[in-house]
Amino acid sequence: MTVSVRVDNIEKDYATHPALRGVSLEVAPGELVALLGPSGSGKTTLLRVIAGLERQTAGDVFYGDIHADALSLRDRRVGFVFQNYALFRHMTVFENIAFGLRARPRRTRPGDADIRARVSSLLDLVQLSGLEARYPDQLSGGQRQRVALARALAIEPRVLLLDEPFGALDAKVRRELRAWLRELHDTTGHTTLFVTHDQDEAFDLADRVAILNSGRIEQIGAPNDVLASPATPFVAEFIRGIAWRARGPFSEAATGGAFI
Amino acid sequence: MSSVASETKFVRGLLIGVALIFLALFVVAPLGVVFVEALRKGVGFFVETLREPDAQAAVQLTVLVAAIAVPVNIVIGLAAAWAIAKFEFKGKAALITLLDLPFSVSPVVSGLIYVLLFGAQGWFGTWLKDYNVQIIFAVPGIVLATIFVTFPFVARELIPLMQAQGSVEEEAALMLGASGWRTFFTVTLPNVKWGLLYGVLLCNARAMGEFGAVSVVSGHIRGMTDTIPLHVEILYNEYNYAGAFAMASLLAGLALVTLILKTFLEWRHGDQLAAAKRH
Repeated sequence: MTVSVRVDNIEKDYATHPALRGVSLEVAPGELVALLGPSGSGKTTLLRVIAGLERQTAGDVFYGDIHADALSLRDRRVGFVFQNYALFRHMTVFENIAFGLRARPRRTRPGDADIRARVSSLLDLVQLSGLEARYPDQLSGGQRQRVALARALAIEPRVLLLDEPFGALDAKVRRELRAWLRELHDTTGHTTLFVTHDQDEAFDLADRVAILNSGRIEQIGAPNDVLASPATPFVAEFIRGIAWRARGPFSEAATGGAFI
Repeated sequence: MSSVASETKFVRGLLIGVALIFLALFVVAPLGVVFVEALRKGVGFFVETLREPDAQAAVQLTVLVAAIAVPVNIVIGLAAAWAIAKFEFKGKAALITLLDLPFSVSPVVSGLIYVLLFGAQGWFGTWLKDYNVQIIFAVPGIVLATIFVTFPFVARELIPLMQAQGSVEEEAALMLGASGWRTFFTVTLPNVKWGLLYGVLLCNARAMGEFGAVSVVSGHIRGMTDTIPLHVEILYNEYNYAGAFAMASLLAGLALVTLILKTFLEWRHGDQLAAAKRH
Protein backbone atom coordinates (compact mmCIF):
# COMPACT_ATOMS: atom_id res chain seq x y z
CA MET A 1 0.00 0.00 0.00
CA THR A 2 2.97 2.21 -0.50
CA VAL A 3 2.08 5.40 -2.36
CA SER A 4 3.68 8.53 -3.73
CA VAL A 5 4.08 11.69 -1.67
CA ARG A 6 3.53 15.07 -3.23
CA VAL A 7 3.98 18.45 -1.61
CA ASP A 8 2.80 21.55 -3.43
CA ASN A 9 4.17 24.96 -2.63
CA ILE A 10 4.49 24.42 1.11
CA GLU A 11 5.07 27.51 3.18
CA LYS A 12 5.60 27.50 6.90
CA ASP A 13 6.02 30.67 8.95
CA TYR A 14 7.12 30.71 12.53
CA ALA A 15 6.56 33.77 14.68
CA THR A 16 10.11 35.00 14.13
CA HIS A 17 11.05 33.69 10.69
CA PRO A 18 9.79 31.73 7.69
CA ALA A 19 10.96 28.09 7.83
CA LEU A 20 9.71 26.98 4.42
CA ARG A 21 9.13 29.30 1.49
CA GLY A 22 7.37 27.45 -1.27
CA VAL A 23 8.64 23.89 -1.33
CA SER A 24 7.36 21.46 -3.97
CA LEU A 25 8.48 17.88 -4.17
CA GLU A 26 7.21 14.60 -5.54
CA VAL A 27 8.43 11.25 -4.32
CA ALA A 28 7.51 8.23 -6.46
CA PRO A 29 6.08 5.08 -4.85
CA GLY A 30 8.92 3.01 -3.43
CA GLU A 31 11.48 5.75 -3.91
CA LEU A 32 14.08 6.66 -1.27
CA VAL A 33 14.71 10.40 -1.13
CA ALA A 34 17.07 12.32 1.13
CA LEU A 35 16.34 15.83 2.38
CA LEU A 36 19.79 17.30 2.81
CA GLY A 37 20.73 20.68 4.12
CA PRO A 38 22.52 22.60 6.83
CA SER A 39 20.80 23.05 10.17
CA GLY A 40 18.06 25.64 9.94
CA SER A 41 17.43 24.94 6.27
CA GLY A 42 13.89 23.71 7.00
CA LYS A 43 14.37 20.01 6.24
CA THR A 44 13.02 18.73 9.54
CA THR A 45 10.13 21.21 9.38
CA LEU A 46 9.27 19.89 5.91
CA LEU A 47 9.31 16.31 7.20
CA ARG A 48 7.07 17.24 10.14
CA VAL A 49 4.64 19.06 7.85
CA ILE A 50 4.42 15.99 5.62
CA ALA A 51 3.83 13.84 8.71
CA GLY A 52 1.16 16.19 10.02
CA LEU A 53 3.05 17.00 13.21
CA GLU A 54 3.22 20.64 12.10
CA ARG A 55 0.58 22.57 10.22
CA GLN A 56 1.81 24.40 7.13
CA THR A 57 0.95 28.06 6.64
CA ALA A 58 0.12 27.44 2.98
CA GLY A 59 0.34 24.65 0.41
CA ASP A 60 -0.85 21.07 0.15
CA VAL A 61 0.36 17.58 0.97
CA PHE A 62 -0.88 14.50 -0.90
CA TYR A 63 -0.40 10.84 -0.15
CA GLY A 64 -1.05 9.26 -3.54
CA ASP A 65 -4.32 10.89 -4.64
CA ILE A 66 -5.49 11.64 -1.12
CA HIS A 67 -5.18 15.16 0.24
CA ALA A 68 -3.53 14.93 3.66
CA ASP A 69 -6.17 17.23 5.16
CA ALA A 70 -8.76 14.55 4.44
CA LEU A 71 -7.01 12.24 6.88
CA SER A 72 -6.72 12.68 10.63
CA LEU A 73 -3.30 12.09 12.15
CA ARG A 74 -4.55 8.63 13.18
CA ASP A 75 -5.67 7.70 9.67
CA ARG A 76 -2.60 8.97 7.86
CA ARG A 77 -0.61 5.85 8.59
CA VAL A 78 2.68 7.61 8.25
CA GLY A 79 5.61 5.74 9.74
CA PHE A 80 7.77 8.31 11.53
CA VAL A 81 11.16 7.61 13.07
CA PHE A 82 12.28 10.35 15.43
CA GLN A 83 15.77 11.66 15.79
CA ASN A 84 16.17 10.36 19.32
CA TYR A 85 13.99 7.33 18.65
CA ALA A 86 11.20 8.39 21.05
CA LEU A 87 10.72 4.81 22.19
CA PHE A 88 8.21 4.39 25.00
CA ARG A 89 10.60 4.06 27.89
CA HIS A 90 8.30 2.11 30.17
CA MET A 91 7.42 -0.49 27.54
CA THR A 92 9.40 -3.50 26.38
CA VAL A 93 10.68 -3.80 22.83
CA PHE A 94 7.72 -6.06 22.10
CA GLU A 95 5.17 -3.59 23.48
CA ASN A 96 6.82 -0.73 21.63
CA ILE A 97 6.52 -2.50 18.30
CA ALA A 98 3.00 -3.75 19.04
CA PHE A 99 1.80 -0.27 20.09
CA GLY A 100 0.50 0.81 16.70
CA LEU A 101 -1.37 -2.47 16.20
CA ARG A 102 -2.98 -2.31 19.63
CA ALA A 103 -3.94 1.33 19.10
CA ARG A 104 -6.14 0.52 16.11
CA PRO A 105 -9.91 0.85 16.37
CA ARG A 106 -11.46 -2.36 17.63
CA ARG A 107 -12.84 -3.58 14.31
CA THR A 108 -9.47 -3.43 12.53
CA ARG A 109 -7.34 -4.45 15.51
CA PRO A 110 -5.57 -7.79 15.02
CA GLY A 111 -5.91 -10.52 17.64
CA ASP A 112 -3.21 -11.29 20.21
CA ALA A 113 -1.77 -14.23 18.31
CA ASP A 114 -1.69 -12.17 15.13
CA ILE A 115 0.07 -9.31 16.89
CA ARG A 116 2.66 -11.71 18.31
CA ALA A 117 3.34 -13.13 14.86
CA ARG A 118 3.63 -9.67 13.29
CA VAL A 119 5.98 -8.36 15.98
CA SER A 120 8.10 -11.46 15.77
CA SER A 121 8.50 -11.16 12.00
CA LEU A 122 9.38 -7.47 12.35
CA LEU A 123 11.99 -8.36 14.97
CA ASP A 124 13.45 -10.78 12.45
CA LEU A 125 13.43 -8.08 9.80
CA VAL A 126 15.39 -5.65 11.97
CA GLN A 127 17.58 -8.46 13.32
CA LEU A 128 16.61 -8.06 16.96
CA SER A 129 14.99 -11.43 17.68
CA GLY A 130 15.42 -12.45 21.29
CA LEU A 131 15.44 -8.87 22.60
CA GLU A 132 11.66 -8.46 22.80
CA ALA A 133 11.58 -8.44 26.61
CA ARG A 134 14.22 -5.70 26.95
CA TYR A 135 13.48 -2.11 27.83
CA PRO A 136 14.79 0.74 25.66
CA ASP A 137 17.40 1.77 28.22
CA GLN A 138 18.88 -1.73 28.00
CA LEU A 139 19.62 -1.35 24.28
CA SER A 140 22.47 0.25 22.35
CA GLY A 141 21.80 3.27 20.15
CA GLY A 142 21.80 1.20 16.98
CA GLN A 143 19.38 -1.31 18.49
CA ARG A 144 17.02 1.44 19.63
CA GLN A 145 17.07 2.89 16.14
CA ARG A 146 16.06 -0.46 14.70
CA VAL A 147 13.26 -0.87 17.25
CA ALA A 148 11.99 2.57 16.27
CA LEU A 149 12.02 1.50 12.64
CA ALA A 150 10.22 -1.78 13.37
CA ARG A 151 7.63 0.14 15.37
CA ALA A 152 7.03 2.49 12.44
CA LEU A 153 6.82 -0.41 9.98
CA ALA A 154 4.32 -2.27 12.16
CA ILE A 155 1.47 0.03 11.13
CA GLU A 156 2.05 -0.80 7.44
CA PRO A 157 2.69 2.84 6.64
CA ARG A 158 1.77 4.57 3.41
CA VAL A 159 5.11 6.33 3.59
CA LEU A 160 8.09 6.18 5.89
CA LEU A 161 9.64 9.38 7.25
CA LEU A 162 12.97 9.34 9.05
CA ASP A 163 14.28 12.39 10.91
CA GLU A 164 18.08 12.24 11.13
CA PRO A 165 17.83 8.49 11.63
CA PHE A 166 21.50 8.03 12.44
CA GLY A 167 22.15 11.43 13.98
CA ALA A 168 22.84 10.17 17.48
CA LEU A 169 25.08 7.23 16.53
CA ASP A 170 28.83 6.97 16.19
CA ALA A 171 30.44 6.88 12.74
CA LYS A 172 31.01 3.13 12.54
CA VAL A 173 27.45 2.20 13.51
CA ARG A 174 26.16 4.87 11.15
CA ARG A 175 27.88 3.27 8.19
CA GLU A 176 26.67 -0.21 9.10
CA LEU A 177 23.10 0.94 9.58
CA ARG A 178 23.22 2.93 6.37
CA ALA A 179 23.91 -0.16 4.29
CA TRP A 180 21.38 -2.12 6.28
CA LEU A 181 18.69 0.53 5.80
CA ARG A 182 19.22 0.55 2.04
CA GLU A 183 18.85 -3.23 2.02
CA LEU A 184 15.73 -3.03 4.17
CA HIS A 185 14.25 -0.43 1.89
CA ASP A 186 14.86 -2.61 -1.15
CA THR A 187 13.10 -5.50 0.62
CA THR A 188 10.07 -3.62 1.94
CA GLY A 189 9.75 -1.04 -0.83
CA HIS A 190 8.23 1.77 1.24
CA THR A 191 8.20 5.26 -0.14
CA THR A 192 10.81 6.80 2.14
CA LEU A 193 11.92 10.33 2.92
CA PHE A 194 14.78 10.89 5.30
CA VAL A 195 16.34 14.01 6.68
CA THR A 196 20.05 14.34 7.14
CA HIS A 197 22.74 16.98 7.37
CA ASP A 198 25.39 14.42 6.39
CA GLN A 199 26.30 14.68 2.69
CA ASP A 200 27.87 11.22 2.57
CA GLU A 201 24.80 9.64 4.05
CA ALA A 202 22.46 11.33 1.60
CA PHE A 203 24.48 10.57 -1.50
CA ASP A 204 25.32 7.06 -0.39
CA LEU A 205 21.79 6.01 0.45
CA ALA A 206 19.21 7.87 -1.60
CA ASP A 207 17.72 7.39 -5.06
CA ARG A 208 17.40 11.14 -5.24
CA VAL A 209 18.72 13.93 -3.08
CA ALA A 210 16.88 17.18 -2.37
CA ILE A 211 19.19 19.93 -1.14
CA LEU A 212 17.54 22.58 1.00
CA ASN A 213 18.77 26.01 1.91
CA SER A 214 16.89 28.66 3.89
CA GLY A 215 13.49 27.08 3.34
CA ARG A 216 13.85 26.36 -0.38
CA ILE A 217 14.87 23.34 -2.39
CA GLU A 218 17.96 24.41 -4.31
CA GLN A 219 18.26 21.25 -6.35
CA ILE A 220 16.77 17.79 -6.52
CA GLY A 221 18.13 14.91 -8.53
CA ALA A 222 19.96 11.60 -8.60
CA PRO A 223 23.22 11.72 -6.62
CA ASN A 224 25.45 11.45 -9.67
CA ASP A 225 23.55 14.14 -11.57
CA VAL A 226 23.76 16.53 -8.64
CA LEU A 227 27.45 15.82 -8.28
CA ALA A 228 28.04 16.25 -11.98
CA SER A 229 26.14 19.50 -12.33
CA PRO A 230 25.32 21.46 -9.18
CA ALA A 231 22.46 23.84 -9.99
CA THR A 232 23.49 26.74 -7.76
CA PRO A 233 26.65 28.05 -6.13
CA PHE A 234 25.23 27.00 -2.76
CA VAL A 235 24.85 23.39 -3.88
CA ALA A 236 28.33 23.37 -5.38
CA GLU A 237 29.75 24.66 -2.12
CA PHE A 238 27.65 22.38 0.06
CA ILE A 239 28.63 19.16 -1.73
CA ARG A 240 32.23 20.09 -2.35
CA GLY A 241 33.65 17.58 0.10
CA ILE A 242 31.74 14.70 -1.34
CA ALA A 243 32.23 15.80 -4.94
CA TRP A 244 35.98 15.81 -4.42
CA ARG A 245 35.91 12.33 -2.96
CA ALA A 246 33.69 11.02 -5.75
CA ARG A 247 36.19 12.11 -8.38
CA GLY A 248 39.28 11.68 -6.27
CA PRO A 249 41.60 8.71 -6.58
CA PHE A 250 40.75 7.28 -3.15
CA SER A 251 36.99 7.49 -3.38
CA GLU A 252 34.63 4.57 -3.03
CA ALA A 253 33.41 5.26 -6.56
CA ALA A 254 36.93 5.00 -7.92
CA THR A 255 37.69 1.82 -6.00
CA GLY A 256 34.59 -0.01 -7.08
CA GLY A 257 32.07 1.06 -4.43
CA ALA A 258 29.10 2.89 -5.88
CA PHE A 259 26.93 5.67 -4.58
CA ILE A 260 23.74 3.78 -4.95
CA MET B 1 47.94 19.12 56.06
CA SER B 2 46.91 17.54 59.31
CA SER B 3 46.05 20.77 61.14
CA VAL B 4 43.77 21.81 58.31
CA ALA B 5 42.20 18.39 58.19
CA SER B 6 41.56 18.24 61.94
CA GLU B 7 40.13 21.72 61.92
CA THR B 8 37.80 20.73 59.08
CA LYS B 9 36.83 17.63 60.99
CA PHE B 10 36.10 19.74 64.08
CA VAL B 11 34.00 22.22 62.16
CA ARG B 12 32.20 19.43 60.40
CA GLY B 13 31.46 17.70 63.70
CA LEU B 14 30.24 20.95 65.19
CA LEU B 15 27.91 21.63 62.29
CA ILE B 16 26.51 18.11 62.30
CA GLY B 17 26.08 18.31 66.06
CA VAL B 18 24.22 21.61 65.87
CA ALA B 19 21.96 20.26 63.16
CA LEU B 20 21.22 17.09 65.10
CA ILE B 21 20.50 18.93 68.34
CA PHE B 22 18.23 21.32 66.49
CA LEU B 23 16.38 18.44 64.83
CA ALA B 24 16.06 16.60 68.14
CA LEU B 25 14.73 19.69 69.96
CA PHE B 26 12.41 21.05 67.32
CA VAL B 27 11.26 18.02 65.35
CA VAL B 28 11.76 14.71 67.13
CA ALA B 29 10.93 15.90 70.65
CA PRO B 30 7.59 17.50 69.76
CA LEU B 31 6.65 14.47 67.72
CA GLY B 32 7.50 12.24 70.68
CA VAL B 33 5.56 14.53 73.02
CA VAL B 34 2.46 14.10 70.87
CA PHE B 35 2.46 10.35 71.36
CA VAL B 36 3.52 10.47 75.03
CA GLU B 37 0.82 12.98 75.88
CA ALA B 38 -1.75 11.08 73.83
CA LEU B 39 -1.16 8.00 75.99
CA ARG B 40 -0.75 9.85 79.31
CA LYS B 41 -4.11 8.74 80.62
CA GLY B 42 -3.62 5.22 79.33
CA VAL B 43 -4.50 3.31 76.19
CA GLY B 44 -8.11 3.00 77.36
CA PHE B 45 -8.63 6.76 77.41
CA PHE B 46 -6.83 7.09 74.09
CA VAL B 47 -9.17 4.61 72.41
CA GLU B 48 -12.15 6.16 74.19
CA THR B 49 -11.31 9.61 72.83
CA LEU B 50 -11.04 8.35 69.29
CA ARG B 51 -14.31 6.44 69.56
CA GLU B 52 -16.26 9.37 70.82
CA PRO B 53 -18.98 10.36 68.23
CA ASP B 54 -17.62 13.86 67.64
CA ALA B 55 -14.14 12.47 67.10
CA GLN B 56 -15.49 9.84 64.74
CA ALA B 57 -17.37 12.53 62.83
CA ALA B 58 -14.18 14.61 62.58
CA VAL B 59 -12.20 11.65 61.22
CA GLN B 60 -14.94 10.85 58.72
CA LEU B 61 -15.19 14.44 57.56
CA THR B 62 -11.41 14.69 57.16
CA VAL B 63 -11.33 11.52 55.08
CA LEU B 64 -14.29 12.74 53.02
CA VAL B 65 -12.69 16.11 52.34
CA ALA B 66 -9.42 14.49 51.31
CA ALA B 67 -11.29 11.96 49.18
CA ILE B 68 -12.83 14.82 47.21
CA ALA B 69 -9.99 17.35 47.24
CA VAL B 70 -7.19 14.97 46.25
CA PRO B 71 -8.84 13.49 43.13
CA VAL B 72 -9.97 16.96 42.04
CA ASN B 73 -6.41 18.21 42.40
CA ILE B 74 -5.06 15.19 40.53
CA VAL B 75 -7.27 16.00 37.55
CA ILE B 76 -6.71 19.76 37.63
CA GLY B 77 -3.01 19.36 38.43
CA LEU B 78 -2.52 16.96 35.54
CA ALA B 79 -4.41 19.25 33.18
CA ALA B 80 -2.44 22.32 34.25
CA ALA B 81 0.89 20.52 34.11
CA TRP B 82 0.05 19.07 30.70
CA ALA B 83 -0.92 22.47 29.32
CA ILE B 84 2.13 24.21 30.73
CA ALA B 85 4.66 21.54 29.86
CA LYS B 86 3.50 20.53 26.40
CA PHE B 87 2.11 23.70 24.84
CA GLU B 88 3.20 27.24 24.19
CA PHE B 89 0.50 29.82 24.80
CA LYS B 90 0.05 33.42 25.87
CA GLY B 91 -0.12 33.95 29.60
CA LYS B 92 1.82 30.81 30.43
CA ALA B 93 4.20 32.64 32.73
CA ALA B 94 1.25 34.22 34.53
CA LEU B 95 -0.36 30.81 34.95
CA ILE B 96 2.79 29.33 36.48
CA THR B 97 2.96 32.23 38.92
CA LEU B 98 -0.72 31.86 39.80
CA LEU B 99 -0.15 28.16 40.51
CA ASP B 100 2.02 29.15 43.46
CA LEU B 101 -0.51 31.57 44.89
CA PRO B 102 -1.96 29.09 47.40
CA PHE B 103 1.54 28.52 48.78
CA SER B 104 2.41 32.17 49.08
CA VAL B 105 -0.83 33.45 50.56
CA SER B 106 -1.69 32.89 54.22
CA PRO B 107 -4.19 30.01 54.64
CA VAL B 108 -6.43 32.30 56.68
CA VAL B 109 -6.69 34.61 53.70
CA SER B 110 -7.48 31.61 51.48
CA GLY B 111 -10.38 30.81 53.78
CA LEU B 112 -11.54 34.42 53.90
CA ILE B 113 -11.67 34.56 50.09
CA TYR B 114 -14.37 31.92 50.17
CA VAL B 115 -16.27 33.61 52.96
CA LEU B 116 -16.24 36.85 50.95
CA LEU B 117 -17.43 35.00 47.86
CA PHE B 118 -19.96 32.57 49.23
CA GLY B 119 -20.77 33.79 52.75
CA ALA B 120 -24.16 35.27 53.66
CA GLN B 121 -22.78 38.80 53.04
CA GLY B 122 -20.57 37.64 50.18
CA TRP B 123 -20.81 38.33 46.45
CA PHE B 124 -22.85 35.22 45.71
CA GLY B 125 -24.43 35.03 49.17
CA THR B 126 -27.96 36.10 48.26
CA TRP B 127 -27.98 34.08 45.06
CA LEU B 128 -26.89 30.95 46.92
CA LYS B 129 -29.49 31.61 49.61
CA ASP B 130 -32.23 31.81 47.00
CA TYR B 131 -31.29 28.37 45.83
CA ASN B 132 -30.83 27.15 49.38
CA VAL B 133 -27.20 26.20 48.89
CA GLN B 134 -24.98 26.40 51.95
CA ILE B 135 -21.25 26.60 51.28
CA ILE B 136 -19.75 28.53 54.14
CA PHE B 137 -20.00 26.83 57.56
CA ALA B 138 -20.71 23.59 55.70
CA VAL B 139 -18.85 20.75 54.03
CA PRO B 140 -18.68 22.34 50.53
CA GLY B 141 -16.78 25.33 51.93
CA ILE B 142 -14.31 23.06 53.67
CA VAL B 143 -13.76 21.09 50.48
CA LEU B 144 -13.30 24.26 48.41
CA ALA B 145 -10.81 25.77 50.86
CA THR B 146 -8.89 22.50 51.01
CA ILE B 147 -8.75 22.20 47.21
CA PHE B 148 -7.43 25.74 47.00
CA VAL B 149 -4.75 25.27 49.62
CA THR B 150 -3.52 21.92 48.29
CA PHE B 151 -3.80 22.73 44.59
CA PRO B 152 -0.11 23.35 43.81
CA PHE B 153 1.28 20.02 45.05
CA VAL B 154 0.42 17.82 42.07
CA ALA B 155 0.98 20.46 39.38
CA ARG B 156 4.30 21.65 40.80
CA GLU B 157 5.62 18.12 40.95
CA LEU B 158 4.53 17.27 37.41
CA ILE B 159 5.47 20.42 35.48
CA PRO B 160 9.28 20.08 35.66
CA LEU B 161 9.01 16.34 35.05
CA MET B 162 6.82 16.74 31.97
CA GLN B 163 8.95 19.60 30.69
CA ALA B 164 12.06 17.45 30.96
CA GLN B 165 10.41 14.58 29.12
CA GLY B 166 9.09 16.76 26.30
CA SER B 167 6.29 15.61 24.05
CA VAL B 168 8.16 13.46 21.54
CA GLU B 169 6.79 10.18 22.93
CA GLU B 170 3.28 11.59 22.63
CA GLU B 171 4.00 12.56 19.03
CA ALA B 172 5.26 9.04 18.37
CA ALA B 173 2.07 7.57 19.83
CA LEU B 174 -0.11 9.83 17.69
CA MET B 175 1.84 8.95 14.55
CA LEU B 176 1.29 5.28 15.37
CA GLY B 177 -2.45 5.92 15.28
CA ALA B 178 -3.25 6.23 18.98
CA SER B 179 -6.14 8.47 20.03
CA GLY B 180 -5.53 11.35 22.40
CA TRP B 181 -6.96 9.42 25.35
CA ARG B 182 -4.96 6.32 24.57
CA THR B 183 -1.82 8.41 24.26
CA PHE B 184 -2.53 9.97 27.63
CA PHE B 185 -3.23 6.73 29.46
CA THR B 186 -0.59 4.53 27.84
CA VAL B 187 2.26 7.01 27.36
CA THR B 188 1.93 10.25 29.32
CA LEU B 189 0.53 8.89 32.57
CA PRO B 190 2.90 5.91 32.97
CA ASN B 191 5.84 8.22 32.38
CA VAL B 192 4.88 10.44 35.31
CA LYS B 193 3.21 7.92 37.61
CA TRP B 194 5.78 8.03 40.43
CA GLY B 195 5.99 11.80 40.31
CA LEU B 196 2.21 11.91 40.41
CA LEU B 197 2.10 9.57 43.42
CA TYR B 198 4.65 11.77 45.16
CA GLY B 199 2.53 14.86 44.55
CA VAL B 200 -0.61 13.04 45.69
CA LEU B 201 1.10 11.98 48.90
CA LEU B 202 2.05 15.54 49.82
CA CYS B 203 -1.33 16.83 48.65
CA ASN B 204 -3.14 14.31 50.83
CA ALA B 205 -1.04 15.05 53.91
CA ARG B 206 -1.79 18.74 53.58
CA ALA B 207 -5.47 18.16 52.78
CA MET B 208 -5.94 16.17 55.97
CA GLY B 209 -3.83 18.47 58.11
CA GLU B 210 -4.95 21.90 56.87
CA PHE B 211 -6.06 24.13 59.72
CA GLY B 212 -6.07 27.83 58.83
CA ALA B 213 -8.22 28.00 55.72
CA VAL B 214 -10.59 25.30 56.92
CA SER B 215 -10.93 26.98 60.29
CA VAL B 216 -12.23 30.16 58.69
CA VAL B 217 -14.90 28.51 56.56
CA SER B 218 -15.91 25.68 58.89
CA GLY B 219 -17.78 27.42 61.69
CA HIS B 220 -16.56 24.74 64.15
CA ILE B 221 -19.86 22.91 64.50
CA ARG B 222 -19.04 19.81 66.51
CA GLY B 223 -19.92 16.60 64.80
CA MET B 224 -20.84 18.54 61.64
CA THR B 225 -18.07 20.73 60.26
CA ASP B 226 -15.16 19.68 62.48
CA THR B 227 -12.13 18.13 60.82
CA ILE B 228 -9.35 16.43 62.80
CA PRO B 229 -7.16 19.55 63.14
CA LEU B 230 -10.17 21.62 64.21
CA HIS B 231 -11.22 18.97 66.70
CA VAL B 232 -7.73 19.03 68.19
CA GLU B 233 -8.15 22.73 68.81
CA ILE B 234 -11.60 22.31 70.37
CA LEU B 235 -10.43 19.61 72.76
CA TYR B 236 -7.37 21.66 73.64
CA ASN B 237 -9.45 24.75 74.38
CA GLU B 238 -11.59 22.62 76.67
CA TYR B 239 -8.45 21.70 78.63
CA ASN B 240 -8.80 18.10 77.48
CA TYR B 241 -5.07 17.81 76.73
CA ALA B 242 -4.91 14.03 76.56
CA GLY B 243 -7.87 14.04 74.17
CA ALA B 244 -6.34 16.77 72.03
CA PHE B 245 -3.08 14.89 71.79
CA ALA B 246 -4.89 11.63 71.01
CA MET B 247 -6.50 13.29 67.99
CA ALA B 248 -3.20 14.99 67.14
CA SER B 249 -1.46 11.62 67.18
CA LEU B 250 -3.60 10.60 64.20
CA LEU B 251 -2.17 13.49 62.21
CA ALA B 252 1.33 12.77 63.48
CA GLY B 253 0.89 9.15 62.41
CA LEU B 254 -0.25 10.29 58.98
CA ALA B 255 2.83 12.51 58.78
CA LEU B 256 5.11 9.59 59.64
CA VAL B 257 3.50 7.30 57.06
CA THR B 258 3.75 10.07 54.45
CA LEU B 259 7.40 10.62 55.32
CA ILE B 260 8.21 6.92 55.00
CA LEU B 261 6.40 6.55 51.67
CA LYS B 262 8.00 9.77 50.41
CA THR B 263 11.46 8.56 51.35
CA PHE B 264 10.79 5.23 49.70
CA LEU B 265 9.68 6.95 46.48
CA GLU B 266 12.73 9.21 46.49
CA TRP B 267 14.99 6.22 47.04
CA ARG B 268 13.38 3.86 44.58
CA HIS B 269 12.11 6.19 41.85
CA GLY B 270 14.23 9.30 42.34
CA ASP B 271 14.94 9.49 38.60
CA GLN B 272 11.24 10.12 38.00
CA LEU B 273 10.79 12.75 40.68
CA ALA B 274 11.26 16.37 39.86
CA ALA B 275 11.45 17.22 43.55
CA ALA B 276 14.26 14.75 44.17
CA LYS B 277 16.25 16.25 41.30
CA ARG B 278 15.94 19.74 42.72
CA HIS B 279 17.52 18.65 46.01
